[in-house]
Amino acid sequence: MSSENGKRLPETDAAGLNFEATELTLGLPGKSRVTSDGGAKLGSKRGFSETVDLSLGDKKDTNKLGQTQSQIDAREAAPGSKAQVVGWPPVRGYAKRGKKSCKYVKVAVDGAPYLRKVDLEMYNTYQQLLASLEDMFSCFTIRNFLNEKKMDQVNGIEYVPTYEDKDGDWMLVGDVPWQMFVESCKRIRLMKNTETVELAPRTPPKWSRRS
Amino acid sequence: MFWGSRKTIDMNYFPDEVLEHVFDFITSHKDRNSVSLVCKSWYKIEKYSRQRVFLGNCYSISPERLIARFPGLKSLTLKGKPHFADFNLVPDDWGGFLYPWIKAMAKSRIGLEELRLKRMVVSDESLELLSESFPNFKSLVLVSCEGFTTDGLAAIAANCRFLRELDLQENEVEDHRGHWLSCFPESCTSLVSLNFACLKGEINLASLERLVARSPNLKSLRLNRAVPFDTLQRLLIRAPQLVDLGTGSYVHDPSSEAYNKLKAAIQNCNSIRSLSGFLEVAPCCMSAIYPICENLTFLNLSYAAGLQSNELTKLIHHCRKLQRLWILDCIGDKGLGVVASTCKELQELRVFPSDPFDAGNAAVTEEGLVLISAGCPKLNSLLYFCQQMTNAALITVAKNCTNFIRFRLCILDPIKPDPVTNQPLDEGFGAIVRSCKGLKRLSLSGLLTDQVFYYIGMYAKKLEMLSIAFAGNSDKGMLYVLNGCKKLRKLEIRDCPFGDTALLEDMGKYETMRSLWMSTCEVTLGACKVLAKKMPSLNVEIINGSEQTEFNLDDRQKVDKMYLYRTLVGHRKDAPEFVWLL
Repeated sequence: MSSENGKRLPETDAAGLNFEATELTLGLPGKSRVTSDGGAKLGSKRGFSETVDLSLGDKKDTNKLGQTQSQIDAREAAPGSKAQVVGWPPVRGYAKRGKKSCKYVKVAVDGAPYLRKVDLEMYNTYQQLLASLEDMFSCFTIRNFLNEKKMDQVNGIEYVPTYEDKDGDWMLVGDVPWQMFVESCKRIRLMKNTETVELAPRTPPKWSRRS
Repeated sequence: MFWGSRKTIDMNYFPDEVLEHVFDFITSHKDRNSVSLVCKSWYKIEKYSRQRVFLGNCYSISPERLIARFPGLKSLTLKGKPHFADFNLVPDDWGGFLYPWIKAMAKSRIGLEELRLKRMVVSDESLELLSESFPNFKSLVLVSCEGFTTDGLAAIAANCRFLRELDLQENEVEDHRGHWLSCFPESCTSLVSLNFACLKGEINLASLERLVARSPNLKSLRLNRAVPFDTLQRLLIRAPQLVDLGTGSYVHDPSSEAYNKLKAAIQNCNSIRSLSGFLEVAPCCMSAIYPICENLTFLNLSYAAGLQSNELTKLIHHCRKLQRLWILDCIGDKGLGVVASTCKELQELRVFPSDPFDAGNAAVTEEGLVLISAGCPKLNSLLYFCQQMTNAALITVAKNCTNFIRFRLCILDPIKPDPVTNQPLDEGFGAIVRSCKGLKRLSLSGLLTDQVFYYIGMYAKKLEMLSIAFAGNSDKGMLYVLNGCKKLRKLEIRDCPFGDTALLEDMGKYETMRSLWMSTCEVTLGACKVLAKKMPSLNVEIINGSEQTEFNLDDRQKVDKMYLYRTLVGHRKDAPEFVWLL
């Protein structure tokens, strides 16, 4: 019973009827409506900061120091704060440069009281990722498919690394090329080996065969 | 004894073909322009023999007049939008459309072979028409252009039978996933240069490999992010003659077979002098390229966000012959010190910000620049984004490097004073212009008063392009520049307190310049109207921001953006609604 996007829903009455949604208006549903203050609001809800008029550099008054408002705005805008003056700094393609993509995913370990997060972009291979996870959860051993012989020394429990992909399916880590894994992985779960005993593959995943 | 019998040789008795042959040796545009002014017969000969034309502003002349003037045109360079369009200060659809040029040249059967465009709007339609109209077309270079998709590229690939060069730099290209690369016919073996690094989408890797395999003249190859490591390795095996390489994704397991193969392949590529790309990069793979580093003259790591300072410096240690270096500021001041002690041949340095909007965090300061200036005396071109700058540092730099032709400094906080003395940076920049007598291009930043413009007007006699932002106190600043810089061609100003008095003081000056941009200054609509009326040879454009839909007609209103340029053909007919031509 919610109205089309754009209108903040008023408190509905006890019956759950949203009167505003049933209000007759001119115009097609979903189109922007002129509100009472005369300004048209666009379809999507806008946060407060977006509706504040950020007209940096438009004001022309100068203060006593002879600096224009735009120079003052620039000083207020620039240092430390992330408020941006349009077109400054004058660097083209900034979105492509320097923006390190970081892909943080949650890592859950069966039996651990809390989760951790890792940045998949920090690694280049499964090897590196698993080594790092082993460090992170140092009391466990993650079953290392590359090295079948490595058994857990400490408490004999092995964990199988699995991940949830974009489709929501739980997959065994290691079957697809690394980059593909990074792109499709949403979260990681280290499953206790006892649970996975039926799922554990007889043949190791593809990447382990690389010499 | 013999001198008396010598007759002076009158060049006018030479047949036209001889003069034409002589003119062939005159390649600079300026010189050829001068040649055409000598006399009528020279004008005629030069006119018909002229093959290369450069138009710094596509609206300064019409396609039809250009063709009439130079019917033998083979190579055309066009620039469209004003420079500040690169920083989102010019709304989309402002102008700079390629199509009318292609249409006119096709109609007049111009034998176009080469087209170089910068900041133009290039539609697929224009690329298609281009590919169909000029049978000898050889070279397409697009820089900072937009408006086309991979469909347009497919047409170029499919129809330009003798294509040698397809060079796409920093364009906004819509990806239609149409395998444009596969459209190069099997018969196309003429490629010398292929650069598609700016494309975002997937490409057909098998087609790419086959294309490279059948292009024995390929010297320059720049890949996009979608080309993986394995493919790079196979391409290098096919093209060991490459001189310029841009990698795509450079991420792999260093213990793998593919990595070893790449190492071997690279060692075979001993002609590579220029290296770029690394759009995705794994630091552990960088050692594979060390063997070619010692011969590199150009290294562009400005997109390699995955490399930290220590990895960068490890790499730089191997690059003793470097002449041009483009890098991210994460190299840090210390890293620049390594550059200074290693790269003694360095002529051009560009340091880009890895985090442009965090002004407090840029990793380089004045220290890095001072180190560079001390270690690299041949430095003549600089683009430097930094956290801060001091007058003392600039004075030192000016003493160490007197050869600057281009000096562009961008302090991320645009009005930051000298942090040590809290003074404006007038004296520092003053030292630069005083010392570097050959300076042609200058970009200022930091806290600056009218004084810096006094120095610029006094000393920067060869200055051709000046970029100013958030600087100055009064009209005097702008007047110092307009009066003093006799060679000024392009002046772009934003957010400065320059107004009508400065604008109107010497209106004839603008006829000697290509263009003037002023945004968020103190210039009123009335003054712009006066200027437009008095100077019919100028187009004075008022550009509205996207928020305003109507022009405020009050003459006292300050204009948001004004762009004026000299032109031979009056008002352009393709201006959009938000541009008002006075």
